[in-house]
Amino acid sequence: MNRLAATLVALIALAALPLRAEPVTGYTLDNGLEIVVIEDHRAPIAVHMVWYRSGAADAPPGRSGIAHLLEHLMFKGTETRAPGEFSDIVEANGGSDNAFTSQDFTGYFQRVAADRLELMMELEADRMANLDFSEQDWRTERDVILEERAQRVDSRPGAIMGERMRAALYLNHPYGTPIIGWRHEIAALSGDDATEFYSRHYAPNNAVLIVAGDVDPEEVRAMAERHYGPIPAAPDVTPRTRPQEPPHLSERRVSYIDPRVGQPYVMRMQLAPARRPGDQAEAAALTVLAELLGGSPFTSVLAEALQFDREIALQVAAGYNGMRVDDATFTLGVVPLPGVSHDEAEAALDAALADFLDTGIDLERFERIKTDIRASQIYARDDMRERARRYGTALTSGLTVADVRAWPEALDAVTREEVMAAARALLENGHGVTGRLVAPADEQNGDGENS
Amino acid sequence: MMKRLFFALAAAVTLALPARAAVEITELTSPGGIDAWLAEDHSLPFTAIEIRFRGGAALDPDGAEGAVHLMTALLEEGSNGMDAQGFAATLEGLGARLDFDSSHDTVAVSARFLTENRGESAELLRAALTEPSFAPVAVERVRGQVLSGLRSDARDPNAIASRRFAELAFGDHPYATPAEGTMESVADLSRDDLIAAHEAALARDRVYVSAVGDITPDALGALIDSVLGELPTTGAPMPEPADIGLTGGLTVVPFEGPQSVVTFGHKGIARDDPDFMTAYLMIEVLGGGRFGTRLMHDLREERGLTYGVRSYLVPRDLASTIRGGFSSRNEYVAQAIGLVREEWARMAEEGLTEQELDEVKTYMTGAYPLRFDGNAQIARIMVGMQLDDMPVSYIEERNDMVRDVTLDDIRRVAQRLLDPEGLHFVVVGQPEGMEPGG
Repeated sequence: MNRLAATLVALIALAALPLRAEPVTGYTLDNGLEIVVIEDHRAPIAVHMVWYRSGAADAPPGRSGIAHLLEHLMFKGTETRAPGEFSDIVEANGGSDNAFTSQDFTGYFQRVAADRLELMMELEADRMANLDFSEQDWRTERDVILEERAQRVDSRPGAIMGERMRAALYLNHPYGTPIIGWRHEIAALSGDDATEFYSRHYAPNNAVLIVAGDVDPEEVRAMAERHYGPIPAAPDVTPRTRPQEPPHLSERRVSYIDPRVGQPYVMRMQLAPARRPGDQAEAAALTVLAELLGGSPFTSVLAEALQFDREIALQVAAGYNGMRVDDATFTLGVVPLPGVSHDEAEAALDAALADFLDTGIDLERFERIKTDIRASQIYARDDMRERARRYGTALTSGLTVADVRAWPEALDAVTREEVMAAARALLENGHGVTGRLVAPADEQNGDGENS
Repeated sequence: MMKRLFFALAAAVTLALPARAAVEITELTSPGGIDAWLAEDHSLPFTAIEIRFRGGAALDPDGAEGAVHLMTALLEEGSNGMDAQGFAATLEGLGARLDFDSSHDTVAVSARFLTENRGESAELLRAALTEPSFAPVAVERVRGQVLSGLRSDARDPNAIASRRFAELAFGDHPYATPAEGTMESVADLSRDDLIAAHEAALARDRVYVSAVGDITPDALGALIDSVLGELPTTGAPMPEPADIGLTGGLTVVPFEGPQSVVTFGHKGIARDDPDFMTAYLMIEVLGGGRFGTRLMHDLREERGLTYGVRSYLVPRDLASTIRGGFSSRNEYVAQAIGLVREEWARMAEEGLTEQELDEVKTYMTGAYPLRFDGNAQIARIMVGMQLDDMPVSYIEERNDMVRDVTLDDIRRVAQRLLDPEGLHFVVVGQPEGMEPGG
């Protein structure tokens, strides 16, 4: 009784918490380069990121992995800088640098003392326009990537199944192809493929510059004008139109059996709407839904149903990320207890979801989760790189600075009715892919069949 | 031409003073007598708190391996009349974050409390640390999770490699067994074992506290006493140091897959050794986790044999090693191991060039202040310094210690530490041209 009272007091206090707006400035250069500056003056540090609106899903057919190979080759020199020199200079300045490729974007970042920002711009602008790598470099990097694939995918049964599930989920859209690429297509990529992809996509009018940290927005703008401003816009950059999904009318099942499976599990993926500029309400509801269903290993709907009320699962999961150019995915997972079969786990998952649709959302649980999400927004402000990343992802997924700033309020405004509507649309009408990760010993119990 | 440009830049940079670590630390003692470090920063309405208890899984008695780990995992599973779900719901309602973790050397608590309800959040942490209920149903559920992790590890080449290396290195010392314990020991742990582990590991004579964020020294002192004041004064005696029984050679563990996972190493250097900083610079040039190190250059950039290779110091409380590792296609493994051995020998014989030493100093002195970014991150660094018995002034002095390292120091320490013959490789996979053994 006492405890409940304390919780309610906390809820009220938090609701009134002043969430000061983030100091964020956005503008666009004449050549189309979009710039976002996030001020954080707590430490004399700056994060500098350039994001291209081109990712794995923009690869030509048969060239899977080209966006990622190009990302590797961006460290292999320009007309005036030797291979590796970029990273050498960053390190000589005490900084760190890296890059990442996703389906929708490719990003490059450095973290340096704030007074080294301009040097980072000089380097990054150079490789935006003047990339130049040798045949030996692209051949070696292709080998490195084959090893990367072996390490990250081919050695991990869960990663192999994830690849197969996404391939089954997307019937027509390139999201079904792995970011790193299929092995046989990586092995056939060439330096010319990379150069072609580079010329087509790497230009200021297809890029977003994010600078976060102890910086002044006007100084950043002047520096950006100096270094990125002279690079001409590329005439060929057009909005991305990828093959879209037809309606999903049938269930699909994937079963992957591997002797290296230590812990079998069941996973389900289905399409879900992404966040759209000026229209984030359904995505916000889906975000809260994922939190409600599987966010907490103790209090979430699925944890309660499958770990506490019944002894079915060791662990449950629910996930949704709405920052996507095209259709996003909603994922559910159950790791069964020893002795619980995949069939039982899947049936229990379905029963728990059906029960959730029947009974709706308990008000106290809902308020608690909203409080927790509000707190997350505060803790997120502690991590400069993560904040920069959030803007970069959003702006290369079709969203605007205004959408990112409106997101906390969008989450806060979600009602129980909206969550249930989103849940019904997803769970009653959606046809997804159910995957089973199976150890050979389970298969002998009739569990590995592709039913 | 290219190289000259690079040096011009590097020189310019060395002259421009790198950013200084902008952290002001207050050392304080709570009214109840517990020491803590605080960095006040009121720009965000929360406080990050890090607590460490020295002596973690290494305190597990024979046969009860995994007791401290399971005990730590159960701290959030109910206390003070709340069951696991009640505890989690209360925490959620406060928007607080609590993480409990353990290693061989420590039990770690990471907390983030909103200023609005810091007192209530701290009360939850107090309950978790001082009166965990270890309810049988929770014990069985978490035991199941730990066993599942161990089952997965038994089929994971990386885990298999680390484990075999630890067995070879540490014999019958607790370091030889995973902190999580073994399938057998975890299955046998009783509630009494957990209570004993709690008494052994969580005591005030071994606690270290740091806090960063929206809190004053007085408020922190009171919070510390309320959270930790009821813990026992003393815990279990610290275990004996480990003898490192590793000899040079090769151990192959057959495992089916596209790659072999390779881990290697030998005896290392303690954190409080006067040569530690010199060793740190040397191992950074050899294989720090970034581009341009000798090992990355040889294995990845020149030959494409691996996605990544590293070498690093592992200074622990009871034994220190130098370690390294990479994954590589089975037909490349023998070649890659040969290259690692060559680089080990070259460093032992020649040390660094002047250029390499200058470059690594510039990198390390520039990178150091950049670590101090974010309340949670700074709190982790501060508690780590306390565990390593460093003064607050270390933050100011550290870069000078880096700059003072000479080529002769490097040569002497490389000769002392690096032993190409003593290097032991554990290979998990189907490496071509290598005999299974070990």
